[in-house]
Amino acid sequence: MNIVVLCKQVPDTESKIKLLDDQSGFAEADIKWVLNPYDEFAVEEALKLREAGKAEKVIAVAAGPKRAEDALITALAMGADEAVLVEDDLFNWAEAYQVAQALAAALKEVDFQLIICGKQAVDDDSAAVPGMLAELTNIGQMTVVSKMELNDDTVTGWRDVEGGAQEVLEGKLPLIVTANRGLNEPRYASLPGIMKAKRKPFKRVGLADIGLSSLEPKTKVVGWSLPEPRAEGKMFEGNSDDLPQRVSEVVKLLVDEAKVL
Amino acid sequence: MSDVLVLAEFKGAEPKKVTLEMLTVAREIAADTGGKVIAAALSQDAVGVGEQVGPYGASKVCRVNGVSQYHPQGYAEVLAKLVAEEKPDIVLLPATAMGKDLAPRLAAKLDVGLASDIVGFRLEGGEFIAKRPVFAGKAFNEVAFLAKPALATVRPNVFSAVPGEDGAATEEATDAAVGEALTKLVEKTAGDEGQLDLTEADRVVSGGRSLKSKENFAILRELAEVLGATVGASRAAVDAGYADPSMQVGQTGKVVNPSLYIACGISGAIQHQAGMRTSKTIVAINKDKKAPIFQLADFGIVADLFEAVPLLTQEIKKQTQ
Repeated sequence: MNIVVLCKQVPDTESKIKLLDDQSGFAEADIKWVLNPYDEFAVEEALKLREAGKAEKVIAVAAGPKRAEDALITALAMGADEAVLVEDDLFNWAEAYQVAQALAAALKEVDFQLIICGKQAVDDDSAAVPGMLAELTNIGQMTVVSKMELNDDTVTGWRDVEGGAQEVLEGKLPLIVTANRGLNEPRYASLPGIMKAKRKPFKRVGLADIGLSSLEPKTKVVGWSLPEPRAEGKMFEGNSDDLPQRVSEVVKLLVDEAKVL
Repeated sequence: MSDVLVLAEFKGAEPKKVTLEMLTVAREIAADTGGKVIAAALSQDAVGVGEQVGPYGASKVCRVNGVSQYHPQGYAEVLAKLVAEEKPDIVLLPATAMGKDLAPRLAAKLDVGLASDIVGFRLEGGEFIAKRPVFAGKAFNEVAFLAKPALATVRPNVFSAVPGEDGAATEEATDAAVGEALTKLVEKTAGDEGQLDLTEADRVVSGGRSLKSKENFAILRELAEVLGATVGASRAAVDAGYADPSMQVGQTGKVVNPSLYIACGISGAIQHQAGMRTSKTIVAINKDKKAPIFQLADFGIVADLFEAVPLLTQEIKKQTQ
């Protein structure tokens, strides 16, 4: 069986987000683009399953503008076998449903039993593509897992829910599983891995190639804003001798002024 | 006119706080547009729902029997049927583990879009426009809906739950038959009952790499115990193996929204700030007075955390007794 890993290219989490002058989006000028950190867990898990002899091929799939090819190359360099990019500028800050529809169409051509992807992309934080894709392709879903086991025709997954509780779920293949932090430690792409990545099969398709003439938007982003700056705080500097006094003063302010104690 | 359908989530027989928060939002929308609020209750434990949700503005409760155990396709099927019958303009789900799992599936079933994890909204000429954080709160998007119903998940602990006029909602019970679950719950292990999850905690004490070891987190746990707080960690502390990945606060960890956040030995990387900047009051303890965390802090103590944290624990005990 083959495993599909969904890969999204996102700004590195150390990126500072600045808006364009006309507030129509964020400025891409200083952005370092990376493979979504949660998708790295997905790639790692798929590679481990292949190395354990439980899967034949790991196929990395993305929908994105041209630059998103770098995210797929990262997945190939980590060890994925093939990549498919549904390329269109529409996917630059596209809504999740459009992405899910494109992926569903692209996956019709792909032979797979299991899809693994990050629980969310750290740019739009929608966490919506996996569930939408599961419905569109009529398969089961298992979201936010920090441990999984692939059995003959099922997956057992440990899903993190509120209050530190965990659910143990069993899902029938074909299935989509979304990865949470804790699932594994993603490997780095090695130098030979990076060299090899360039020779691996890489398929690019446009929307028309996968039978989509248009993708009607169902939502529209009508405004961007930044959070309000926080009021300037009070600093308590000094030495070890006056530390008890400084700490006492802060606690007093927490009680009397901030009223949080 | 905007009718709003709210998926009520329960803990045992009681509606969760987020359920009442969603109903309050829904009541505001309905009042502004002359619509009504309908609550959907799928939990079998939920008895007397009408009386519980009525005061928050629901005029009707649709109780659906037959899907006692949550599974995403089953709930999506039931809700899609309810949407077809009740024809709401807006559907609100909680942005909880259950709601986040379900909403995307429901969106695709209804062939509509989704605004996840909304933290604000406005009505422009009766049209619902949702505000949601992106980049873990480094920025916000306002989202307009081009297809009906508008579907959104609502972040817990953001909107207030305010009861309005007295009065019970009418209850309508129906039975549902849904397809077999593709994913089944086998077992549920309880979390630490004494400690709230970071995302729900009202007070958080977090530690960074300066803690130097897993064992040293004990001093943060002592402080947390005095405060009734949950202990978090920076990515650096998690990567160093000092803290469990589930404790990570930040853009690739948990986004917290407590009334008090105490950062101990955390420099304040941009990705960490994204996860805690909406905390009401922030206290930072760090040796380096140039640490970026101090730019966010309401109260900054420049000191070695191993000296300052035990003092803070004692002082809080003293001043709050």
